[in-house]
Amino acid sequence: MDSESHKTTAEKLVYMANQIATFFHSQPMDEAAAGVAEHINHFWEPRMRQQLFDILDQQNNGLDPLVLEAAKQIRKPGTVSV
Amino acid sequence: MSLVNEIDYGTPASLSGKMVTLTIDGNEVTVPEGTSLMRAAMEAGIQVPKLCATDMVDAFGSCRLCLIEIEGRNGTPASCTTPAMEGLVVHTQTKRLKDIRKGVMELYISDHPLDCLTCAANGDCELQDMAGAVGLRDVRYGYEGDNHVFAKSDGHANDRWMPKDESNPYFTYDPAKCIVCSRCVRACEEVQGTFALTIEGRGFSSRVSSGMHENFLDSECVSCGACVQACPTATLTEKSVIQIGQPEHSKITTCAYCGVGCSFKAEMRGEELVRMVPYKDGKANRGHSCVKGRFAYGYSTHKDRILNPMIREKITDPWREVSWDEAYKYVANEFRRIQYQYGRNSIGGITSSRCTNEETFLVQKLVRAGFGNNNVDTCARVCHSPTGYGLKTTFGTSAGTQDFDSVEHSDVVMVIGANPTDGHPVFASRLKKRLRKGAKLIVVDPRRIDLVRSPHISAAQHLQLRPGTNVAVVTSLAHVIVTEGLFDEKFIRERCDWDEFQDWAAFVSSPEHSPEAIEGLTGVNPQTLREAARLFATGGNGAIYYGLGVTEHSQGSTTVMAIANLAMATGNIGRKGVGVNPLRGQNNVQGSCDMGSFPHELPGYRHVSDESTRDIFDRLWGVKIQDEPGLRIPNMLDAAVDGTFKGIYIQGEDILQSDPDTKHVAAGLQAMECVVVHDLFLNETANYAHVFLPGSTFLEKDGTFTNAERRINRVRKVMSPLNGYADWEVTQNLAKAMGLNWNYTHPSQIMDEIALTTPSFAGVSYDLLEKEGSVQWPCNEKAPLGTPIMHINGFARGKGKFIRTEYVATDERTGPRFPLLLTTGRILSQYNVGAQTRRTDNVMWHEEDRLEIHAHDAENRGIRDGDWVKISSRSGETTLRALITDRVSPGVVYTTFHHPTTQANVITTDFSDWATNCPEYKVTAVQVGASNGPSDWQVQYDEQARQSRRIKILDAAE
Repeated sequence: MDSESHKTTAEKLVYMANQIATFFHSQPMDEAAAGVAEHINHFWEPRMRQQLFDILDQQNNGLDPLVLEAAKQIRKPGTVSV
Repeated sequence: MSLVNEIDYGTPASLSGKMVTLTIDGNEVTVPEGTSLMRAAMEAGIQVPKLCATDMVDAFGSCRLCLIEIEGRNGTPASCTTPAMEGLVVHTQTKRLKDIRKGVMELYISDHPLDCLTCAANGDCELQDMAGAVGLRDVRYGYEGDNHVFAKSDGHANDRWMPKDESNPYFTYDPAKCIVCSRCVRACEEVQGTFALTIEGRGFSSRVSSGMHENFLDSECVSCGACVQACPTATLTEKSVIQIGQPEHSKITTCAYCGVGCSFKAEMRGEELVRMVPYKDGKANRGHSCVKGRFAYGYSTHKDRILNPMIREKITDPWREVSWDEAYKYVANEFRRIQYQYGRNSIGGITSSRCTNEETFLVQKLVRAGFGNNNVDTCARVCHSPTGYGLKTTFGTSAGTQDFDSVEHSDVVMVIGANPTDGHPVFASRLKKRLRKGAKLIVVDPRRIDLVRSPHISAAQHLQLRPGTNVAVVTSLAHVIVTEGLFDEKFIRERCDWDEFQDWAAFVSSPEHSPEAIEGLTGVNPQTLREAARLFATGGNGAIYYGLGVTEHSQGSTTVMAIANLAMATGNIGRKGVGVNPLRGQNNVQGSCDMGSFPHELPGYRHVSDESTRDIFDRLWGVKIQDEPGLRIPNMLDAAVDGTFKGIYIQGEDILQSDPDTKHVAAGLQAMECVVVHDLFLNETANYAHVFLPGSTFLEKDGTFTNAERRINRVRKVMSPLNGYADWEVTQNLAKAMGLNWNYTHPSQIMDEIALTTPSFAGVSYDLLEKEGSVQWPCNEKAPLGTPIMHINGFARGKGKFIRTEYVATDERTGPRFPLLLTTGRILSQYNVGAQTRRTDNVMWHEEDRLEIHAHDAENRGIRDGDWVKISSRSGETTLRALITDRVSPGVVYTTFHHPTTQANVITTDFSDWATNCPEYKVTAVQVGASNGPSDWQVQYDEQARQSRRIKILDAAE
């Protein structure tokens, strides 16, 4: 299957989240969800996490089940201060 | 100011621990066993006359000038080849010795031109010095006989005479001045390891020859300069010295090219740079250099340098030169307007791995304290960010474990995804020296790099894997080591978490990770892989060196962890000769990472969510640092396209050329309202900039660089900035315009602030660097003089962590439309995006990027060597000329990215490392076909670039 370049940001975020999940799938099961959540908390800017939560609200969002499981532990960004 | 004089001890130092005491000219001297009498004498301050000896190469004993007498021994042995022994009584100056030396010099001078006054070596000629030292007053033989000096004798052509070879752009070879001491030949062999030079002929006909009696430029010579440095006469001389004359003062500084970070003497006449000479006390390079650091500094005074600030409202407008104040005011107003309009997080900055630690520190400080967010990133994002993540996770520190000297103690060296002879040439020379002494080499690379087979070097194993399968191969190496019981249980039990090891061992032992099982994926012969694993685990001190061929993949971080696993499993951590060594691309990649350039980390790799760390900076800077990570470069560009990121300050990086998926980068930049580029030249990114701030070169400022071995080296100002200000001053003035109260008057004060706030730098100061030359971090109370080797008695994180590394194929796959895999790399003479090296004579070696393609793939497509070909991927297409080779396997093509006209990154995709977003430069599925010329994109781009570089000339009346 050909992947397409020039994806939208939302498509990229889904892809990135799934890539992280793919790594943690191979790690011990009890650490996997926490690992995904910690990784996203550590490296994703609030805008990206907010977009991820928007994506999570959608049906058939294409996210790996491990990302869905990790979502509970991902920090909701506060309102961005101006 | 004066010249930094280095003592030439004549022969290399002996590393023996056993000392011997002897008497030389009545002085008692104690030296390590194996030291030559020449060196022992020099250590006692007695200089024995010499011509063919120099301490960069082994003794040769050919010039017969350094003879001495030893009581109780017959004859007059050469002091360079006679070892010091307990109790010897040596005389260096006797009637007999004086007569012999004078006779030898007479013979030398009888076949040497006497044009000393107009000779380029005047003032720096060892032959002249020795004639003086032995008291030569007359040459009884005359100058008329057989000679190599005159083009004609008695009106007839002199067959022995050879014209000057001026083919090399940086130095000349004048055979008429050669005394055939063979120092150049030995430097090429022993120091550089290229074996490009030889002595042809015999007796009086002996001549130095490059290659097979070729010009230097046409020979195998790599122009490292070691021969020029070794030459005692004007035979091999820098063209700059011929043009300018001898230097009168010099300063020690650090090269601004690759991550080896070589120390150089910048030899000056006034503010004019005469030449760069590698510094023997430089601990990274030990007196050696490559063509870039030694010669390619001409860009610093190139006419393309922009010296005045410029602004424009729209990127379609021509540039308008303005005063510095106007430029600062414009940027400050624009950034504040954008933040008011789009929010505090709508702007950010990029720090440069080509700038100093101090400059990088200031840019991240400007972002964190001035912009009030964490939107700062650095070019390490696109090269070694997976190293930071992978090594921090497994070992606890985001850095290589060794110093470069360590390679002298290695028995097996594994080079993965790196091409040191091109990318890190001085380290490669040190590695090759060790390999010639018997250490074994394993190369893991899709391409047959020079190290696999070159003169006197041959890799024991070359695992020529398919691009993108590093994790499978390295995990399979671990499979062999674990299943065959070759791991170091004692080390693992002591230093690592045993349960984690067992979990990992069970994982790698599974049959799906066996060399036989992965052969289909990787293309690596299972037997070769097994032998490589056995060699690495059982061959003695095993060291791993790796480069961007490891990191720039979807699984870059996973491979780094797999490498760390391998080193821990075999006990190859924590002493000389072993370790995990990332070869950093740019001079200050390590430093820019250390300085808090990443959006999630404050200086010293401390996460922004850590309150106690934020506190330190909050208090000192009087601000409140955000506790959330900022945007990484690719995320900034995404946010720009989405309309939430509008302004950026880019110091010394050319993201449009160096970052992947050029069209996306261009779209991101185009969507921004204020792009500020701070650089030497109107680089490709500047085509999209609204403000251009002129930068300064490494010769024009004080500061420090931190190289791949964590070594903090001084950069010293040797000339005034052509643009008026060092980069740290420009950042400071911009910060002031934005209302920050900064008052640094010297970069040393910035280093003091770094030391004050960052525990691993606590002991670093310019005073210490002045005293020690350089130090490797961590440098603090526990290690006041720095840390050459890390994790000696335990890992920085406590126990070493083994991590399962499952191979996941990249989604960038070949198929009917794109059947070939493109991988990218670097060439010796060029550096990164080429902005510097393309503006030097180095273009003589590489004037364009070429596409390496295997003969089979070329034949299928009707492509001949040198044909223009079109290369296309899902992202875009470009054209360049083909180079048919068997260095790449069928199915794999390769190119460099040094030239903007090629635009190799138009083809690379937006796939990136899962952990760090480091782009997957090393794997792109492509198709290659015949072409008539530049692609539409290249034509459009060229036109756009030409338009955007227009500078409006102001009327005199204005």
